[in-house]
Amino acid sequence: MTDVRPPPRALPVVDKDSRTFWTSGRDGILAIHRCKQCAYYVHPPVPFCPRCESREVAPEAVSGRGTVVTFTVNHKQWVPGLPVPYVLALVAIAEQDDVRLVTNITDCDPGEVGFGMAVEVWFEPVEELWVPLFRPVRGS
Amino acid sequence: MKRFAEKDCAITGVGMSEVSRGSAKSALELTVDACLEAIADAGLKRGEIDGIATWPGERADGSGFSPVGSAALQDALRLEVNWYAGGGEAPGQYGAVFNAIGAIAAGLCRHVLVFRTMYEATARKTAFANALIRAGERQAGPFAWYAPYHTYAAALQQALFFNLYVHKSGIRPEQVGQIAINQRRNAGLNPRAIYRTAITIEDYLASPVIATPLRLYDCDVPIDGAAAIVVSRLDGARDLRNPPIRIEAIGSSMEYRNSWTQLDALDTQAQPRVAEMMWSRTQLTTADVDIAQLYDGFSFHTLNWLENFGFCERYGAKDFIEGGKRIALDGELPVNTGGGALSAGRLHAYGAVHEACTQLWGKAGARQVAGDPKVCATSTAGGPLAGCMLLVRG
Repeated sequence: MTDVRPPPRALPVVDKDSRTFWTSGRDGILAIHRCKQCAYYVHPPVPFCPRCESREVAPEAVSGRGTVVTFTVNHKQWVPGLPVPYVLALVAIAEQDDVRLVTNITDCDPGEVGFGMAVEVWFEPVEELWVPLFRPVRGS
Repeated sequence: MKRFAEKDCAITGVGMSEVSRGSAKSALELTVDACLEAIADAGLKRGEIDGIATWPGERADGSGFSPVGSAALQDALRLEVNWYAGGGEAPGQYGAVFNAIGAIAAGLCRHVLVFRTMYEATARKTAFANALIRAGERQAGPFAWYAPYHTYAAALQQALFFNLYVHKSGIRPEQVGQIAINQRRNAGLNPRAIYRTAITIEDYLASPVIATPLRLYDCDVPIDGAAAIVVSRLDGARDLRNPPIRIEAIGSSMEYRNSWTQLDALDTQAQPRVAEMMWSRTQLTTADVDIAQLYDGFSFHTLNWLENFGFCERYGAKDFIEGGKRIALDGELPVNTGGGALSAGRLHAYGAVHEACTQLWGKAGARQVAGDPKVCATSTAGGPLAGCMLLVRG
């Protein structure tokens, strides 16, 4: 059997609002839009604060820590070469629990992933973007 | 009591094309089959149809998800209408029905043809096709946030919500399996169903895990087919061929964040407040409901709707369906009586409304629910998509 290369990650259309989110990983930073008036994080990014109606909303670095809100362990090989199993998850950032990022949980056995698990961001460069991924926070 | 527009509307006819795992007919011909049958079933002529509605409108992307829109159907049948609409941004798959109600209430139409066509069986034979990732293209729209994470299908995305539901409810796989088992049993009595051989709990537990907690038998079946209904003004419905099936109440709200990632209620999805809206528009209660056709794109949607309609308490579906007796054809609440999308094919809740009317008209043959059912609750689902209706004969 010949080796089939893993499928590349599909990429999103990036616009003026989302560009920083998808590129700040180049500097090792996870950037989330935040209101300068009331400090509310706004995601998906848009320069409007739904809490105080300020238009002063711009990307700001966050800690990169978060918790697994929910996840699934995927077992089906949807396309040739796709390594399975793998974990798809929604992670809430540590700063605000209603900012949820879609991600894969990496650097662990899928069976280790659980609800509420503490995770930290890392980035994988794909074409010109830096895709945020999360891995378990290991005790130091 | 305040008058609600849907109470002046009724379903007067239904139609369904052949439903298969690969059709010799085109998607448009299947649509024509379903629509002509619905018009004739209502006792109407083509020229009496004065409105068209469909969801989610034509998507010429080769996926088979919605290959026929209102324009193509209108021209095929050479209909002359006062109003038409097709589009995906609506309160779930019944958005087209709610649009039809609006058009009738506005005085634009008397008889609106509502249809849904899918051609996913053929699409998947010719190319890997799914709604969430298209190879070689940058992804836009609500699923762009999922794109880089190998989210190839709705099953994977929805599994995120269902796994949280399992975590919170404590439901066990042998309980979940009752949904698939019940529907396969019902499908055995439905000559149009795709899969008609009964399955056991052992079969269910042995079926491959797609993405936890979803097994193969929890997922609906891609088909080629079309379903259609005629929604008429009630005052013009009384003299037609069938006893009108009144739209007693609808739930069409969206009071949550309209998002596939930030939706407030991740495990119950957008259903709870939609159901509350429906019940606020009727004096009927769950005790009046004779049968239920609950969305079953995945079996967990059906579990969610049992709770969100209030047939059982929050996280009580696992006990409600235990052993499968309550939801069986002869149970206290027969559910998805024709086999649903899991066994009869994925017509995206339009198979469900077709089955609802068939049962309420007493035309369901071997699977007819006894006791002359008059009231059916029916629903749609999928993340932020949710809508529901209470249908009443007479």
